Amino acid sequence: MRRILALARKETYHILRDPRSLMVAIIMPIAMVILYGYAIDMELSDLPVGILDEDQSPASRELVTRMMSSQFIVDAGRLSSREEVEPGFRRGRFRAVVVIPRGFAESLVREPVSRVQVLIDGADATTAAAVDNYLRAAILLFNSGIAAGRPGSAELPMGARVRVLFNPQLESDNFIVPGLVAIVLVMICALLTSIAITREKETGTMEQVLTTPITPRQLVIGKVLPYLLIGSADGALVLLAGRFVFGVPMHGSWWVLAGYSLIYLLIALALGLLISAVAATQRVAMIMALMATLLPTMLLSGFIFPRASMPWPLQWIGQIIPATYYLEVIRGIMLKGRIWFPLEGGVMVGMALLLMAMAVKKFETTME
Amino acid sequence: MTDTVIPILVEGLRKRYGEINALDGLSLRVEHGEIVGLIGPDGAGKTTAMGTVCGLVRPDDGFARVMGLDCREEGQRVKEHIGYMPQRFSLYSDLTVAENLRFFADLFEVSSSERRERQERLMAFSGLAPFLGRRAGALSGGMKQKLALCCTLIHTPDVLILDEPTTGVDVVSRSEFWTILRDLAGEGMALLVSTPYMEEAALFDRLILMHRGRAVASGTPGEVRSRFGQRLLEVTGPGIAKARERIVGLRWPGVDVHRFGDRLHVVHDLEEEDAGIREALARVDVRVGPVEPTIEDTFISLVTHSPEAAG
Repeated sequence: MRRILALARKETYHILRDPRSLMVAIIMPIAMVILYGYAIDMELSDLPVGILDEDQSPASRELVTRMMSSQFIVDAGRLSSREEVEPGFRRGRFRAVVVIPRGFAESLVREPVSRVQVLIDGADATTAAAVDNYLRAAILLFNSGIAAGRPGSAELPMGARVRVLFNPQLESDNFIVPGLVAIVLVMICALLTSIAITREKETGTMEQVLTTPITPRQLVIGKVLPYLLIGSADGALVLLAGRFVFGVPMHGSWWVLAGYSLIYLLIALALGLLISAVAATQRVAMIMALMATLLPTMLLSGFIFPRASMPWPLQWIGQIIPATYYLEVIRGIMLKGRIWFPLEGGVMVGMALLLMAMAVKKFETTME
Repeated sequence: MTDTVIPILVEGLRKRYGEINALDGLSLRVEHGEIVGLIGPDGAGKTTAMGTVCGLVRPDDGFARVMGLDCREEGQRVKEHIGYMPQRFSLYSDLTVAENLRFFADLFEVSSSERRERQERLMAFSGLAPFLGRRAGALSGGMKQKLALCCTLIHTPDVLILDEPTTGVDVVSRSEFWTILRDLAGEGMALLVSTPYMEEAALFDRLILMHRGRAVASGTPGEVRSRFGQRLLEVTGPGIAKARERIVGLRWPGVDVHRFGDRLHVVHDLEEEDAGIREALARVDVRVGPVEPTIEDTFISLVTHSPEAAG
């Protein structure tokens, strides 16, 4: 115990005295929260939409007002003819144009189906999909209002932005912040741990430590402990920012979340240990840690891109990424208030045990 | 410390790294109060030998024992008896002198009262006391070596293993360092010290000349020098470059010339060769005379003339 604490204390000195690792530990999570939180927010608000109202009836004006009464869309002006549509797109005046044809009001009354044309700039596919879905929703509501005999009285769906981007079934769920926790935890822990150990190999201090009676287990625990704390603090930081700055809901228990996160942290630390056992220099360790954590977690775990839409080899690879399971867990806890995750929890515990055992084993062999 | 156990005992150590025989049947022993030197050029196997004793290297064959404990089977307990100082400075540069000492004391589970007492003594004899709060990275080369030594001594080991402790250290620090080592041996500690400097050889109680993973000679410095079974002439003076040409020009197979700074050592076997060399140098501006062989002469002679070492 005393040896473990001595190592942990020494490691803390290293972290506090090395501006680089401090940067990674503190600035990076904050930067990621700000970047992702706001970047994704900005992308989907204030989208310029133009209107070509050929009907000029009270019903058409009602529909336009409905569509524009949202923070996601701004009125980019009225068009007077179809000739203005294409040049407007080219100059970037608007992302979409809603064309309400002559006779719209009449058709509402007379015909079973009324037609409104929506033209969308497809150059930015994500935005296009968002505009498409949002306008569809607005039209749908307008329609149901008519069906109920009180046009336009229903509220517009405020959660439309998340729904259109990611998974239409989960209403008003914020995916980004839970995903960020998954990325920050795995990246910080694996990166810092692997760098810390390879640094000792590089400077030769590991050799000196190995000539003391410390056991591999004590060495691993002592080395990893400070990074476990840093990881926990970073996770808490991102979660609090998500909760209070971005208003992510928390329907589940913080304690349950902390429990699963701890398992996930252990996986990340074991990963860092394994990398440090293979990598000879800090530079190599850093590249390996980023390759093993950041890229797959961002691209394949379902953080942004839904796994269901991936070709099967990528889906398969996604199954061995710890974040895939942790994402299910953290989203389930925060957004649905779930407590038990027999499959994901089981896989994560299994991964943690396997990787930890491999890391200690690897350490024992390198110590000889 | 019981006097019946041999602090360091090594028998028939072998270790291969791929094609290279790092250790090829090395045996040695170090008694209490003794400073034994491992001398040899880079790549002779000194570091591997020390690593085996410290439990860092697993030998292919043979055994190493420290205080009667097998280094392979009881590595953990062996480590409690050893203070090991690697060749490269291996302390934490971003920790202060005191923090480094504290760290190693904790790893060896030295009680805090014992640590304070020990630290005071170590600081006193190493002269590091004024630098306790300074970061190790900001110390001078000699100071760093002293700190490294103090860290290896914090748990009062029975055996001290130092891998080239004086390499890259200035002359004054080097002699101070040797004074400290002598004091430690006086307390009964067993020291195994490697060095590439043959001129340090006379400072050891016993020497082991290493070449290609084995001992080519061992004993007290005097005994090792007596293994020099050839004749030796020393040539000094302004004309040594010319003298060298003359001797090489004789093309006698049994005669070797080695230059050590401002002097030549001419190694040969026969009395006639002695006369021939003197004759060849008669008109060169040098002084020629017989001289006692140094450790270096002995090493070169043993390595180049013994068939098993040369093979």
